[in-house]
Amino acid sequence: MKLLTSPAPHVRTQDSTRKIMIDVIIALVPAVIAGTFFFGLQALILSILGMVSAEALEFFILRVLRKDKNFKPNGSAAVTGLLLALNLSVATPWWVLLIGVLFAIAIVKHTFGGLGQNIFNPALAARVFLLVSFPNVMTTWYKPIASFTGWYTDIQTTATPLAVLKSAGFSKVFESTNYFNLAFGNVGGCIGETSAILLFLGFLYLLFRGRIKVIIPATYIGSVLLVSAIFYNVNPERFGSPLFHLLAGGLMLGALFMATDMVTTPMTLKGQVIFGLGCGIMTMLVRYLAGYPEGVSLSILLMNALVPIIDRHTQPKIFGRRKNEQK
Amino acid sequence: MKLLTFKGGVHPPENKLTEDEKIQRAPLPDKVVVMMAQHAGAPAKVIVQVGQQVKTGQVIGEPQGPISAYVHSPVTGTVTNIAKVNSAVHGMAVEAVNIERSGEDEWELLPKLDWSKASKEEIIEQVKVAGIVGLGGAMFPTHVKLSPSKPVDVLIINGAECEPYLTIDHRVMLEMDEEILEGIEITKKVLGVNEVYIGIESNKKDAIEYLERKWNGKVKVAALKTKYPQGAEKQLIKAITGKEVPSGGLPADVGVVVQNVSTMIAIKEAVVDGKPLVERGMTLTGEGVNKRGNWWIRIGTPISWIIENLGGGLVNKYNELKVLMGGPMMGIPVPNLDTPLLKGNNGITVISEQKRESTNCIRCSYCVYVCPMNLQPYLLDLLARKKKYDDAAAIGLFDCIECGSCTYICPANVEHVKSIKLAKKVYRSLRGGKK
Repeated sequence: MKLLTSPAPHVRTQDSTRKIMIDVIIALVPAVIAGTFFFGLQALILSILGMVSAEALEFFILRVLRKDKNFKPNGSAAVTGLLLALNLSVATPWWVLLIGVLFAIAIVKHTFGGLGQNIFNPALAARVFLLVSFPNVMTTWYKPIASFTGWYTDIQTTATPLAVLKSAGFSKVFESTNYFNLAFGNVGGCIGETSAILLFLGFLYLLFRGRIKVIIPATYIGSVLLVSAIFYNVNPERFGSPLFHLLAGGLMLGALFMATDMVTTPMTLKGQVIFGLGCGIMTMLVRYLAGYPEGVSLSILLMNALVPIIDRHTQPKIFGRRKNEQK
Repeated sequence: MKLLTFKGGVHPPENKLTEDEKIQRAPLPDKVVVMMAQHAGAPAKVIVQVGQQVKTGQVIGEPQGPISAYVHSPVTGTVTNIAKVNSAVHGMAVEAVNIERSGEDEWELLPKLDWSKASKEEIIEQVKVAGIVGLGGAMFPTHVKLSPSKPVDVLIINGAECEPYLTIDHRVMLEMDEEILEGIEITKKVLGVNEVYIGIESNKKDAIEYLERKWNGKVKVAALKTKYPQGAEKQLIKAITGKEVPSGGLPADVGVVVQNVSTMIAIKEAVVDGKPLVERGMTLTGEGVNKRGNWWIRIGTPISWIIENLGGGLVNKYNELKVLMGGPMMGIPVPNLDTPLLKGNNGITVISEQKRESTNCIRCSYCVYVCPMNLQPYLLDLLARKKKYDDAAAIGLFDCIECGSCTYICPANVEHVKSIKLAKKVYRSLRGGKK
């Protein structure tokens, strides 16, 4: 009999990084189902390809290049790959997705030190990288086909609701769609972003499992609603309604799944409030003023870069100290 | 029932396997090993020689300096050896007196004190010569705690017992309530306080109801939410009074003194019966021993004897086990089973290891949410491992109470407490004992 003397505490939760990642993947299943339903089988293929290739690449980097024998796949790369796939148009060629995965995992994640060390959300950084590298592929959108077995080559291109708003005005948006379609995802856009309702369903699962920095989506979406409400009153035709801004584009996917990525967001509650507000205001600025119709990815990446500063200035008040005693 | 609590904390599996086991008196051990450091502060000085006959309750160690305590012989017998042994608690070798028992107890008692007539100073002196220290685990000399430097108006009795597995405080509250109450009356008189609370976690509902009925308002029973570390001194004070002990300060800074329930029994026995602190209640528990129970046992009894004679030996199927002084959250693993029971050991927990690899922090914030001191454990760990001790001290290294909530909850199994403990040690030695 051997006596062990490893340090306290001697009981640990049965929780693990892998369990967290699996929960995130489970929470994204409704979005994958919605994407497959609206854009056909190609959406499912891209999602799986993203997950498998990202996980395989991470395994290669750590086990072969870094010779880390203790590395066990934890699913974090699969989450990145899946999120990237969900952020692409259904007609994206498979090799473009692979380039995105390579950029996300090799450059954004592992040159910064791997899991937990990256500053930027790998999936979002890769999406913006692809947007710059393949502008055509990344901005060609397709009309939903509403059939699980449909094939994307049969479908027509369309403009996203946000692009219609930007180019033609708010009233034009509703010539081709309505709020019901916007909420369920029956509009043009990325594979995983269009169905606000099913994304919210996945979010509820994460909430139930305690896997999410819940303050961020609350303040993010709250500030989007607030800003758009103010501007809607100024000029409804140009700026669009708050409900429209909530349901259209990538806000739900971004606010619920990208801005809540544990690694690239602040650690304290106060910091998370600032992060969410910053994302929301920035998103609306891009939607209203910038050349791109959508600003979710850019705003989250920008706020990612500010996380170290936010963390530094939002340290919690230590028990038994007064506010001004701390640095 | 309204449950009081604090912000943060975790809820590990309670595993109170022995909560229904009545306290039994353990037989006397053949041999005891009495450490001279069974209290916070300077170790006591041995005043007996090898070969000398000692009686139960006879002083064998005298305090050195203001924060130190008397040590008494727990059996009647012969001193066979005086040598340094490694103390897992102190992390160094301390002097210990080995005594072989020659027969039944011959007591050497202190003069009994009529506490209703005795002066405050006389009672404190009695507590001091009885060698009483805090029995909750910290082992701070009780006579020092009974003479706070600032006026206090609230006495809190700690019956929270938030550590998983341990049940001795629960059992003494059910079985020895009269001794506890008398101990409280004595302590009240010494401190000059009128307001007394006993804080009990809601998983000991029977004790809450029993004491409410039995004590009938003489002590206010505060029902606490079952949450670890509810029994940590600062968190207990916050839950019951709403006051925060200032950083680096003592409970007396907010007018409070906290004492463990078992300490109350020791005070009563010392003052009323003249009995020095040579025995205490203890829980023997965990899946690694064959028999579990609550025992009234002599201090200095070797753990090997306890496991063999009270626990029916270790369970055979394990190749590796952890034998802990205390519970699984803050307990100290003993490196060998000859280690004796100390005054502050409220339990011996024998459990198997849950081995897990540490992986990268994924910034999930769980540690920040659960920290009862509102610290940032992930950052303290990071700074400690980068040897940035000054930076760590600036964000509250020394506010950490080492409760282990962060490490318990961490999905990446980061060893925050290990690096924080090490950083404190290094910082103290680098900064010449400052802080």
